[in-house]
Amino acid sequence: MNNRLLENVHWVGYVDWTVRDFHGYETSHGTTYNAYLVQSEKTALIDAAKESFAEKILANVSALADPTDIDYIVCNHAEPDHAGAFPVLVKAFPNAEVVCNAKCRKALEQHHDTSEWKWRVVSDGESIPLGPGRTLEFHDTPMAHWPESMVTFIPEEKLLFSMDVFGQHFASAGRFEDEEPFDVIMHEAKIYFANILMLYGSTVTKNLNKLATLEPEIIAPSHGVIWRSQVPTIIEAYRGWAEHKPEPKVLIIYDSMWKSTEKMAQAILEGAAVPGVQAKLYHVRSSNITLLATETLDAAAIAFGSSTLNATLMPQAAAVLTYLKGLKPSKKAGFAFGSYGWTKAGIKDVERYLESMKFDLLREPLISQYVPDAEKLEECRQAGAMLARRALDVTGEEKGAD
Amino acid sequence: MQSYVCDICNYVYDPAKGDEDTGVAPGTAFADLPEGWLCPVCGAEVESFSPAE
Repeated sequence: MNNRLLENVHWVGYVDWTVRDFHGYETSHGTTYNAYLVQSEKTALIDAAKESFAEKILANVSALADPTDIDYIVCNHAEPDHAGAFPVLVKAFPNAEVVCNAKCRKALEQHHDTSEWKWRVVSDGESIPLGPGRTLEFHDTPMAHWPESMVTFIPEEKLLFSMDVFGQHFASAGRFEDEEPFDVIMHEAKIYFANILMLYGSTVTKNLNKLATLEPEIIAPSHGVIWRSQVPTIIEAYRGWAEHKPEPKVLIIYDSMWKSTEKMAQAILEGAAVPGVQAKLYHVRSSNITLLATETLDAAAIAFGSSTLNATLMPQAAAVLTYLKGLKPSKKAGFAFGSYGWTKAGIKDVERYLESMKFDLLREPLISQYVPDAEKLEECRQAGAMLARRALDVTGEEKGAD
Repeated sequence: MQSYVCDICNYVYDPAKGDEDTGVAPGTAFADLPEGWLCPVCGAEVESFSPAE
């Protein structure tokens, strides 16, 4: 395994091949916790891993350096998947100062017993020289993706430790993007963006502009592979994702009790499936929310359906809508649909969720009492065609504007 | 009118602009923000805001 980024800069993280549930995020490829050891006259460890993998990080570091020679442990982000191992490491590296910004120090103090820790609190733009031709420079990136998030940059070598930005939950034997299937990595990067960063789109755009001025040639994130051959590709992809740039894609997402809402969903799909449009159908109970968030990121139009159950929407439909609402997707058009017996309350609940996400509602809720008849199904096909037209229009406009 | 900054994410609430996303009209003082209003960037409550310098 090649763990070398540059001379005396090594990956010392941990590959978690088996994790499938990362605080609810379905990590179908596992993940990695990336830590990096930067050696010069001074030695710095950049980030770590979960508490349970602390000994793995310690062993990797100890193979390259004497624990008493570690001068700094940089914490770019206080979340436990990176900083959980800090208590073990701070104890193991008796001469090390914890380097972080003021907000991160406070967050670490609220996670751990830090009474014995030595601190080096840094401000935005501050730097620490490690030796000839090797300096650590710190840049705050608030809300990309926690308030204390920052990145660390080596200006002489154009190496950016980008924290969670540009990361992927992707376990691999190869450490670099040119050692693994590139389409899989880009897809995992998109899943990561959709589920972790979608709601901070405008903040990400600001941070991208800030990071672009650094002109990084290597980007080493905290999860997944390191970017060295395709740096412009991932930055460009991030620009599009951060804007929630729509593709000519229509989603029909639904839950159904006795298949009436399902029949409506199928008919909407038939209407939406026109040349030039990717139309996709998802039943919420056979789809995970991680996938649905990813599909939503760049969908132009979405029909969301639920039967009315107990005078409200179905619970898994509510779970998906709650998750999507928190991720704040923008630039979406669509409508609510569903069947009901004696109250339409559930379908109206769906519409309220869509309104709260500022959907451009293309029509009134599409509603069928009990089983949809031929006329109702034709109305569904027409409504599907409307979604497709919207997807073609909006993506045509975006292309025209380019 | 006094602007307020979010201590969590540095977003600045400028009363002259209001908050278009949540329908807060321009000219709305920080103290008059609707109950339950949250920082449009990070979702923090109004208690997390301080007067901007």
